[in-house]
Amino acid sequence: MHNKSVAELSRELESGKISSVELTQQFLDRIKREDGKYNSFITVTGEQALSDARVADEQRAAGNATPWTGVPFAHKDIFCTNGVRTTCGSKMLENFVPPYDATVTANFRQAGAVCLGKTNMDEFAMGSSNENSYFGAVTNPWGLSQGNKRVPGGSSGGSAAAVSARLVPAATATDTGGSIRQPAALCGVTGLKPTYGRVSRYGMIAFASSLDQGGTIARSAEDNALMLNVMAGFDAKDSTSINREVPDYTATLNEPLKGLKIGLPKEYFSDQLSPAMEQQVRNAVNEYEKLGATVKEVSLPNAKLAIAAYYVIAPAEASANLSRFDGVRYGYRCEDPKDLMDLYTRSRAEGFGTEVKRRILVGTYALSAGYFDAYYLKAQKVRRLIQQDFINAFKEVDVLMSPTTPSPAFIQGEKTSDPVTMYLEDVFTIAINLAGVPAMSVPAGFVDGLPVGLQIIGDYFSEARLLNAAHQFQQVTDWHQREPQ
Amino acid sequence: MQWDIVIGLEIHVQLATKTKIFSGSSTAYGAEPNTQANAVDLAMPGTLPVPNEQAFRYAVMFGLAVNAEIERRSVFERKNYFYPDLPKGYQTTQLERPIVGPGYVDIDLPSGETKRVRIHHAHLEEDAGKSLHEDFHGMTGVDLNRAGTPLIEVVTEPDMNNAEEAVAFAKKLHGIVTSLGICDGDMSQGSMRFDVNISLKPKGSDTLGTRTETKNLNSFRFMEQAIAHEVERQMDILEDGGTIVQETRLYNGDRDESRSMRTKEEANDYRYFPCPDLLPVEIDDSFIEEARNSLPELPDARKARFMDQYGLNDYDAGLLAGDSRLAAFFEAAAKRGKDAKLASNWVQGEFSARLNAEEKTVAESPISGAQLGDLVVRIADNTISSAGAKKVFEALWSGENDSVDAIIDAKGLKQVSDTGALEAMVDEVLAGMPDQVTQYQNEEDPKKRKKMLGGFMGPLMKASKGQGNPKLFNEILVRKLGG
Repeated sequence: MHNKSVAELSRELESGKISSVELTQQFLDRIKREDGKYNSFITVTGEQALSDARVADEQRAAGNATPWTGVPFAHKDIFCTNGVRTTCGSKMLENFVPPYDATVTANFRQAGAVCLGKTNMDEFAMGSSNENSYFGAVTNPWGLSQGNKRVPGGSSGGSAAAVSARLVPAATATDTGGSIRQPAALCGVTGLKPTYGRVSRYGMIAFASSLDQGGTIARSAEDNALMLNVMAGFDAKDSTSINREVPDYTATLNEPLKGLKIGLPKEYFSDQLSPAMEQQVRNAVNEYEKLGATVKEVSLPNAKLAIAAYYVIAPAEASANLSRFDGVRYGYRCEDPKDLMDLYTRSRAEGFGTEVKRRILVGTYALSAGYFDAYYLKAQKVRRLIQQDFINAFKEVDVLMSPTTPSPAFIQGEKTSDPVTMYLEDVFTIAINLAGVPAMSVPAGFVDGLPVGLQIIGDYFSEARLLNAAHQFQQVTDWHQREPQ
Repeated sequence: MQWDIVIGLEIHVQLATKTKIFSGSSTAYGAEPNTQANAVDLAMPGTLPVPNEQAFRYAVMFGLAVNAEIERRSVFERKNYFYPDLPKGYQTTQLERPIVGPGYVDIDLPSGETKRVRIHHAHLEEDAGKSLHEDFHGMTGVDLNRAGTPLIEVVTEPDMNNAEEAVAFAKKLHGIVTSLGICDGDMSQGSMRFDVNISLKPKGSDTLGTRTETKNLNSFRFMEQAIAHEVERQMDILEDGGTIVQETRLYNGDRDESRSMRTKEEANDYRYFPCPDLLPVEIDDSFIEEARNSLPELPDARKARFMDQYGLNDYDAGLLAGDSRLAAFFEAAAKRGKDAKLASNWVQGEFSARLNAEEKTVAESPISGAQLGDLVVRIADNTISSAGAKKVFEALWSGENDSVDAIIDAKGLKQVSDTGALEAMVDEVLAGMPDQVTQYQNEEDPKKRKKMLGGFMGPLMKASKGQGNPKLFNEILVRKLGG
């Protein structure tokens, strides 16, 4: 059962071949048996899951089932879950149990899905390797057979690894600069970052509010569509969510791709990319041509400025977003504070990890009097130029395609000493967040036995088209079906 | 040396919305600590602000009332600093793009002149919670009921030149926001709080001096005292050849002392930047027109109406019209009492004095305007004397009885207005005071005569057991004594 997709499991449950309780128990057993190798879960909620599964079985028996009723999945530990601790990968929230659900959490609950637990992540979603988790690094299921512990990518490394290792068929994730797409690529699974505003951010612990977007990780495009059907939509609790009709994302998966206009941004096929990686991406594009698509080169002239702009804007927002973790109302508090300043400084010094502190400092600096114009305002100008690049590109083509990452999964510890090298992991993904457009990563081959991701970028609110393009590709390839050994 | 005083004000006005500016929690005052703070107010992880439309409507109404431009697109920013009563670690406020642009308010000065005070802007923001330093044994308690209460901060130009003008402006603003119904105006509960910026410059100089800011004054009286105190402090320093330090000061009204809170060098770098959780606020013409149509009568218009409708003079009309509750109280009294001038005198006299003495607001008055109107009726128709009226007022106030006529009956305050009976009493009293009668009749100075007339009133009131109509006694006396 663990190799089946959400769509398949849904059908199995509907046919009565298996109950949700049985299915849930199988996955829980598998997590217990296997996750020691990956550390992809921070919290496993076995009892709650079985209880939810019993309710789901009753609902299905009563004829009140949605496609998700009784289907197991997991939440990235950034989504608040009422009554279940939500750590965001941080010591700061090691014992934090929210008394409310994130809107995404509530939506899955409403749909009858069975949450098995909370997946590991870089602390406060800051990282590209999942080595910044207070709860330990996550190991990529790929590459273990070669004797190497490789990173799963980050920050949604736990979700990507868990799906890749068949511990859950699907997991929620979030993407601020590539945190869905990069781990999906490195773990050989399919991930979607929707348009900014498509999925509510309420109850999703903020890293950089203007860039954060909840999204999906599963093995197939179809399962991503099933997830997005549950997650997308306007939420009155999030002023930045957009009030726009939500289509049935599964309805258009089988549209033919004939005449689809694909653009290849020349800036994303530069010498940062190894020839082997480029070959895999070009092969994938060839498959699209066989499906009737046309291909042309386009330009995103300001894309090269994206990382610099991002590492001003994201830390600036984070520096304010993380001020609430002050040891006063909830979360970690230092022992025996001698006064208020001591309470603040030690709680934060002891509660946050190195990368989080680095970004708080960078952001605080960028917003300081005398530096604000040179950093924050300039970065916002760059952001507008990058948005315009994408708007211009989508006047010419329907989708853009590129590699998701410059290289496959690297070995743990390889890049931890140099933050800038680590930041370059997101060189092809970050501009998409600055622009706010949707993008996917789809498995598209292997280099040295490690998965390669194809990034497909679309215009605002074109998630249905992206999922359609990814699904059609997955009808003629089987990269997404490959299982790590 | 002669000095010019330059004063500008910043006024925090708590908006009387039912719920907070970014959450659904109640804003009602006086609840048990932390019972009106939800996950958003507590800044729990992942929670997000949702703007309260009513706060925007109130801000627009305020802008229209002070003749200001309404900004069609205003932006919320984050003002970053750490304090336990600031749960998010930043205050959501407006800086570069406030909702209310430049405007003005005209104030009446005691000299009878009118002065225009310009408003630089007014912006929307959220209030912080309260830190409670007592009763926690060396620790601090935090109450977040107030956190997220909507405020508008009104910032004036430095257009006032003495404490009187500043207080007149503050009272005028109080009258405007309470008339609009956007603020309950209860200063003792912090619904309006004043920060005063003061600087001195040599008389006639064009260059402004260094200013200080005295924060959080919550009564007109403290504001007046604080200004006097700070002007004197600055004058002493300047006349001794010293320089003023730009700083924020706290004034202790009970001790008439102030102390420095922080200097400019110690000021926080608030690292303002646009709040990414809130889109810019777009206000369209129809929203503004709706607000304009919902504007109630404002103090200036009400004053003109009081002069016209009730025949009040400029001063009385201005005083009564300035405070919406007092104005409504007066109108109820005047309508019931028929004699508007007499009603005005009683509202401004006995009634206001009593409120002040007991530190009550009009809303807390134990008597209604209609009841005062009933009293005015009985004074005007000579049923009771003014001395009797005071006794009736006392009985109403203390709640002995709520009917004016019942009190008059019960206390036997009805005046004797039977001319025959009164004449008999006058004859009798005059017969017993022949010397004073002669003295009176020989006096030629009308002023002195008038004063001497008073000498007969005491015995007359005594003879009538206090129930003789003094006005009639007076008429009879004048007639009998021969002019």
